[in-house]
Amino acid sequence: MHIIDRRLNPKGKSLTNRQRFLRRVKAQVRQAVRESSAQRGVQDLEKGGELSIPREGMREPSFRRSSSTGIRSGVLPGNKDFVEGDTIPRPSGGGGRGNEGSPDGGGEDDFRFVLSRDEFIDLFLEDLELPDMIKQRTAASDQMVPLRAGYSVSGSPANLALTRTMRNSMARRLALKRPKSAEIRSLYEEIEALERTGRDPQRLTALRATLADKLRMSRQIPYIDPLDVRYRRFQQVPKPVAQAVMFCLMDVSGSMSESMKDLAKRFFMLLHVFLKRRYERVEVVFIRHTHIAQEVDEDTFFHDPQTGGTVVSTALDEMLKVVRARFPAGDWNIYCAQASDGDNTTSDNRRAAQLLADTILPLCQYYAYIEVGRSDGGPEPFGLGSRDRESDLWRTYRTIADQGGPMVMRQVRHRREIFPVFRELFRRASEGSPTP
Amino acid sequence: MTLTTDDRLLYAGADWNFDTIQRVHDAIERIAVDDMGLDVYPNRIEVITAEQMLDAYASNGMPLYYKHWSFGKHFVQHEMMYRKGMRGLAYEIVINSNPCISYIMEENSTTMQALVIAHAGFGHNHFFKNNYLFRQWTDADAILGYLDFAQKYIADCEEKHGHRAVERVLDAAHALRTHGIFRYPRTKVADLRSEEQRERERHANQERIFNDLWRTVPGGDVQLSSPSSADRRRALLQLPQENILYFLEKTAPRLAGWQRELLRIVRQIAQYFYPQMQTKVMNEGCATYCHHRIMRRLHDDGLISDGAWMEVMHSHTNVIFQPEFDDPRYSGLNPYALGFAIMEDIERICLQPTDEDRAWFPDIAGRNDHMAVLRDVWANYRDESFILQFLSPKVMRDFRLFHIIDDAAQPRIRVDAIHDERGYRRLRRALARQYDVAWLDPDIQVIDVDLDGDRRLRLQHRVLDSITLEEGDAQRVLGHLADLWGYDVMLEEISAENGGKLKEHTASPRHRVI
Repeated sequence: MHIIDRRLNPKGKSLTNRQRFLRRVKAQVRQAVRESSAQRGVQDLEKGGELSIPREGMREPSFRRSSSTGIRSGVLPGNKDFVEGDTIPRPSGGGGRGNEGSPDGGGEDDFRFVLSRDEFIDLFLEDLELPDMIKQRTAASDQMVPLRAGYSVSGSPANLALTRTMRNSMARRLALKRPKSAEIRSLYEEIEALERTGRDPQRLTALRATLADKLRMSRQIPYIDPLDVRYRRFQQVPKPVAQAVMFCLMDVSGSMSESMKDLAKRFFMLLHVFLKRRYERVEVVFIRHTHIAQEVDEDTFFHDPQTGGTVVSTALDEMLKVVRARFPAGDWNIYCAQASDGDNTTSDNRRAAQLLADTILPLCQYYAYIEVGRSDGGPEPFGLGSRDRESDLWRTYRTIADQGGPMVMRQVRHRREIFPVFRELFRRASEGSPTP
Repeated sequence: MTLTTDDRLLYAGADWNFDTIQRVHDAIERIAVDDMGLDVYPNRIEVITAEQMLDAYASNGMPLYYKHWSFGKHFVQHEMMYRKGMRGLAYEIVINSNPCISYIMEENSTTMQALVIAHAGFGHNHFFKNNYLFRQWTDADAILGYLDFAQKYIADCEEKHGHRAVERVLDAAHALRTHGIFRYPRTKVADLRSEEQRERERHANQERIFNDLWRTVPGGDVQLSSPSSADRRRALLQLPQENILYFLEKTAPRLAGWQRELLRIVRQIAQYFYPQMQTKVMNEGCATYCHHRIMRRLHDDGLISDGAWMEVMHSHTNVIFQPEFDDPRYSGLNPYALGFAIMEDIERICLQPTDEDRAWFPDIAGRNDHMAVLRDVWANYRDESFILQFLSPKVMRDFRLFHIIDDAAQPRIRVDAIHDERGYRRLRRALARQYDVAWLDPDIQVIDVDLDGDRRLRLQHRVLDSITLEEGDAQRVLGHLADLWGYDVMLEEISAENGGKLKEHTASPRHRVI
């Protein structure tokens, strides 16, 4: 008997089959992913999960005998009180055997299966792209890493490329016909033999002359010439920044209701998931503000009520402070998402706009502004928040966004709008510009 | 092995290592070979993880298999069942090959590993090596090699002709898989080893015959309608033919060489699984009987602890649990339960026969050598004949079996026989018929094709008991068949009793060339 340990064999032998299956039913799966993501909380978004899709396109038909025609017979266990000749009413639903429904598939259950987290997110974020990511991140990085780039004739001994050097040396030796050591050795031996026997002095002289010649050649043509020597060459290339920081800025003054905060939270979560797909490391900084701003942890950010006025520029100041202290722009890709109901102290608008346009936007890869409205859909208490009516902050920001730059802004009023808006903001450039 | 009584146990606790497995295997082998007289292929035991077990599930338990989306579908299905805890994983998978490969899962306890080795490594193994169907139909030495060839060949085709094209052919071939089997042995036993090379030769030859046929058709010759030439035509095409895939592989006019080879691969693999379909009850019964006996013996000899024996019994009773027909858990007769019960009963009949047994089984009742009887049973029967021969009144009573007849024309289901004196024989016949694959699979044959005319392929389903084909599925399979054939296809359903035509399905090819 042999025991073979296969536990370390590569896993995922079914991966190809699984992918083929998903490819085959891609349209249905995509639809199901969208539907299920609308139902589930954004917190659970990343978990992957169970999907149910219609069976069309994945049938494996075969010739089978029908379960509803003709005379069928069966032997069953567990007789209680039947005797021969009894008749039993036919159980509804077609009996125990045969679970196939009508040919159009209406009677069948949907096919249920589990998508992994990665598959789910892939489908979920399909066609989305971070704008201008590659261009900026290489340009903005200061750190350099050495990368192998061919050979050079000079360098430090530690970088000596031995194989390449010996190859050159061998080529040169062959080309210049440097005598091989075996050749010289055999000459020596022959001469020695002739000297010992003393026969054929003529050949001896000839051999000696040849030997002298060869020795001279091997002295003149060195085994390794400085000409042969090569070194591994390294080039300094800028190191791509594989980390990102995401700033979540939110107005938490009294005018922001819980449902508005929930909308904002969903948007932040989507952005977080999205960034995590693209970067090895994603840091999140939560900054809340009223008329003063402070950096807080996630829980406080979303749940701790605050009262006060609304001064947006304080949040921007706080963000700048954090960037300077912990996230130098050269090492980090900076994303910023701001959520607000659009209120701001009128006198602050100019300062906020200036701060954003002059200092923040140049630092950021992307700046998204989400203006949340009431989600209950009922009449607005003060007739505010309708799409036609623009808030102070919206008007202020639009002047900046209109100038171009990595900034987008959208209004969201209901949970179901979050995902479309998000998709709109990040869809591939080929489908249209992400800026409004 | 062991010297002192305290030290006789093969192992202690649930953790195992390769030494333990080896020790357990050797002890089991002694019992299996010396006591029970089993004759097995050498064992190869492979330790795998739960994840790998799921992988193996999806490809019929085979270690290598070509790629197809349907395996992915089964994979995600099993995976979900497993993740949700709706279904555990099998403790083992065993492959009919030489050496016999059994997979065991790493998370099983030592006792479970012992049980699995006894069950698969000796029970199934003996059955594979000795049962006549496996000997006749499968080539245990070459199956892995053939699967390897199939996998590479199909991957090659995908590279050359594209995924979609290959997938279409495989989809169609899979739909006809149940009708790609030779049910009667032909002149030679399958020799998968030389399959590839022989295929080329035979293929070239067939193509020549095929071309001949075309050249014998002078323009506008109408003589072909004469009966003798129609007979000759059918004879040339080897019609009627129940192996539809074989017929397509050899005769379909529009298939390319590689497409024919794909059909052949699907057909060969279906043929390999054909004996397994016919011996579910026996195979599982044999394995269950073996593990039960071996484990009991290990316990009797003091080689495993009482705790381990309890674990064995727990598992064993789970395996042979048979819910009754009105139980929500009921999903047909459990082959483990039925096979085990009949085999246990054979043992009882041999050792302690009653008068009833003497009347029913005169040739084995009271024969003390029950192992010899069982070995003979395992070697020479399949499910249908096994039940027909050995299902005893006692087992029927224990299972409280009853036979119902459900006539769609009648409003109520009728109980035809129960486990009583009058019913035993009818019950047994009815149950045996449930396991007769020839009766379960619809009898569909290619009956005629006029290659000189419209090339419409005609098939016939001989309908038994007025049970026609499932309409939707039949239409879909026929669509696949038409794709492969390249022209229209017609399937008529003929009553086997009176020859009357019940139904007709037709299909046209959907793709220009599949």
